[in-house]
Amino acid sequence: MTPLLQVRDLAKFYGPRRGCEGVSFDLWPGEVMGIVGESGSGKSTLLSCLAGHLPPDRGEVIFDTHGHGPRDTLTMSEPERRMLMRTDWAFVHQHARDGLRMGVSAGGNVGERLMAVGARHYGHIREQAIDWLGRVEIAADRVDDKPQAFSGGMQQRLQIARNLVTGPRLVFMDEPTGGLDVSVQARLLDLLRGLVREMGLSAIIVTHDLAVVRLLADRLMVMKDGRVVEDGLTDQVLDDPQHGYTQLLVSSVLQV
Amino acid sequence: MSDYNFAYLDEQTKRMIRRAILKALAIPGYQVPFASREMPMPYGWGTGGVQVSAACLTPNDTLKVIDQGADDTTNAVSIRKFFEKTAQVATTEETARASLIQTRHRIPEEPLTEDQILVYQVPIPEPLRFLEPSEVETRKMHALEEYGLMHVKLYEDISQHGAIATAYAYPVKVEGRYVMDPSPIPKFDNPKLSMAAIQLFGAGREQRIYALPPYTQVVSLDFEDHPFEASKADHDCDLCGAADSYLDEVITDDAGGRMFVCSDTDYCRARRAAGHIGAQGAPYEEATA
Amino acid sequence: MKGTQAMIEIENLSKSFTLHNQGGAVIPVMAGAHLHVGPGDCVALTGSSGAGKSTLMRMIYGNYRANTGRILVGETDVARAAPRDIIQLRRHTLGYVSQFLRVVPRVPTRDVVAEPLMILGTPREAALARAEALLARLNIPERLWSLSPTTFSGGEQQRVNIARGFAHDFPALLLDEPTASLDATNREVVLTLIEEAKARGAAIVGIFHDEAARARLCDREVDVTAFTPARAA
Repeated sequence: MTPLLQVRDLAKFYGPRRGCEGVSFDLWPGEVMGIVGESGSGKSTLLSCLAGHLPPDRGEVIFDTHGHGPRDTLTMSEPERRMLMRTDWAFVHQHARDGLRMGVSAGGNVGERLMAVGARHYGHIREQAIDWLGRVEIAADRVDDKPQAFSGGMQQRLQIARNLVTGPRLVFMDEPTGGLDVSVQARLLDLLRGLVREMGLSAIIVTHDLAVVRLLADRLMVMKDGRVVEDGLTDQVLDDPQHGYTQLLVSSVLQV
Repeated sequence: MSDYNFAYLDEQTKRMIRRAILKALAIPGYQVPFASREMPMPYGWGTGGVQVSAACLTPNDTLKVIDQGADDTTNAVSIRKFFEKTAQVATTEETARASLIQTRHRIPEEPLTEDQILVYQVPIPEPLRFLEPSEVETRKMHALEEYGLMHVKLYEDISQHGAIATAYAYPVKVEGRYVMDPSPIPKFDNPKLSMAAIQLFGAGREQRIYALPPYTQVVSLDFEDHPFEASKADHDCDLCGAADSYLDEVITDDAGGRMFVCSDTDYCRARRAAGHIGAQGAPYEEATA
Repeated sequence: MKGTQAMIEIENLSKSFTLHNQGGAVIPVMAGAHLHVGPGDCVALTGSSGAGKSTLMRMIYGNYRANTGRILVGETDVARAAPRDIIQLRRHTLGYVSQFLRVVPRVPTRDVVAEPLMILGTPREAALARAEALLARLNIPERLWSLSPTTFSGGEQQRVNIARGFAHDFPALLLDEPTASLDATNREVVLTLIEEAKARGAAIVGIFHDEAARARLCDREVDVTAFTPARAA
């Protein structure tokens, strides 16, 4: 078996300031990895570099492609990388409006990725869009409504449907439950867990919410000042943290 | 002799525009940036088309200008007079006699020939602009042939109206490569885009020129289950009886009276001159034409 | 059938906690631990409170890291295995019924119980059927199945936790006080479930304060006090 994603010595600097440095890990098919750390720890920079939104200064991000096996996505041609982004990869933004076309109906939003890979049958596209809306618990009669008419939680679920409709193998998520009410968060978490399980997705989730990673992530990476200070099984890192920073992070969580 | 340089623009400018035109012809459907000049008319009045025409005109040309198919509307008359004054070229309203036709919103009904050039006035040359506001992103989409978004627009049409409701500026794919906005011509005209004449598109405000060489393959985008249809009003011309031309609906009184007439005024005139009469038409008299 | 081939085999295990934010204090909690559990064996961990019963159990599950030694569960050395190997082990081989139910809020009880099966690819209908059978057996009223267990009483939560732990037939099981806070009827159901697991060959390590249960289920007792390191005064 080959890792789905192999990251080697990834580094990104903003001038003299370190965004992230020395990051290496393997992600296996079906694994969900959380990346935690406080604001400015470099977790979002790392996610951007992994997802191809930001060119790193050093390192390799090797993805096990469908056709050609493991390939370094950083040295791929741009068309190849963009093709990857709308087929095998998906990116769920913290703010749904960054990941949706707000002027396009829910059905059009979900259908866009299908049309981007060549779907040209309106009826089939619409069928799939409605099917996916159902899977993220949005009623079929909302298919022609624009996202503006949706609540925050619905927008986020629509964004997930839009991303998963082409059956990606790797999903990047940036604070997917941030900014949502607690009860809405719970529903979204359950939805994500179910989809990850049913589709055999691998995912990399950046969040500052330890409760979210405990429920979603198999593995956890803790970042501080642009470096990974600790990684391992999620519950191991949270229940038996080895690094001083992780111990501080875990002990700082308010108990409910 | 007028005090203007021939066709208003200076020779260097015309040369620059001709280079853009040649490049556009070499890459059909690709939008070539050019240094659009200030023209003595406002944007939206055909400044792009006028610059392209100015760069193409020679003293021996015969110019025809139409706006919505008509030779006698303000825009058409102004541009025709502009070139009469600055280039002293012959002008005509007859499609067949013109060597260069500048148009806004129509393709003449009469098939054009290899000896003719059709120049379009274009307001917004970017077909993807409706959904993607970033020029950087749309250029990248063209470069990488990422045209899924164009179908999103058609999808939205069908989902809202039950059919592709885009009736003009209907997007096309050129030679299987570039997606192009044919300017706001009715989609009825789309099938004519594959023609014998050279077609040049000029957008003054947006500073873009693009082109279709003769006999270029131009395909209107559609869905398998919602194929493209070149629609027109389901009617014959009330003046000349033509069943095959694009029609304007004209309100004739405040009691619901209306008539459908050819939008191509020269086509209608020629048919009536040849003796065709529509439902509300009168016999053609040369003097009243 | 009680084989000598161990399902769970612990050798020379030690563990200490280092508290970096409290002057780097090092607290040794275990040293020289040994354990051998074969298929069909049930071993009770005993010792006074704080002796390290739960710590040992958590180390077997991979929840706590080991400093030295080996923890073989089947073929996997939990003390050294990569996270993905431990994840696989937990999905297929090693079940754990803790004292606390930790679930996504607002997820129906029947889904909570069926999840371990669905992770293994059991079709949803079959997984839910198995979950419902277990819930019924553990006397969770049917009207509660569609509700989230987070609002249940302690005893109900404990039974949901047990149902979840027994949904898949794990070859190895860790049970932390499975009968605590249960009434006599439900205690009997849980003991029977454990006996059935033993009978099908599951290797079981448990903490039972319930002496009668221990006597009925366990083949051996291991006093973890023997593994408690001598503390510097």
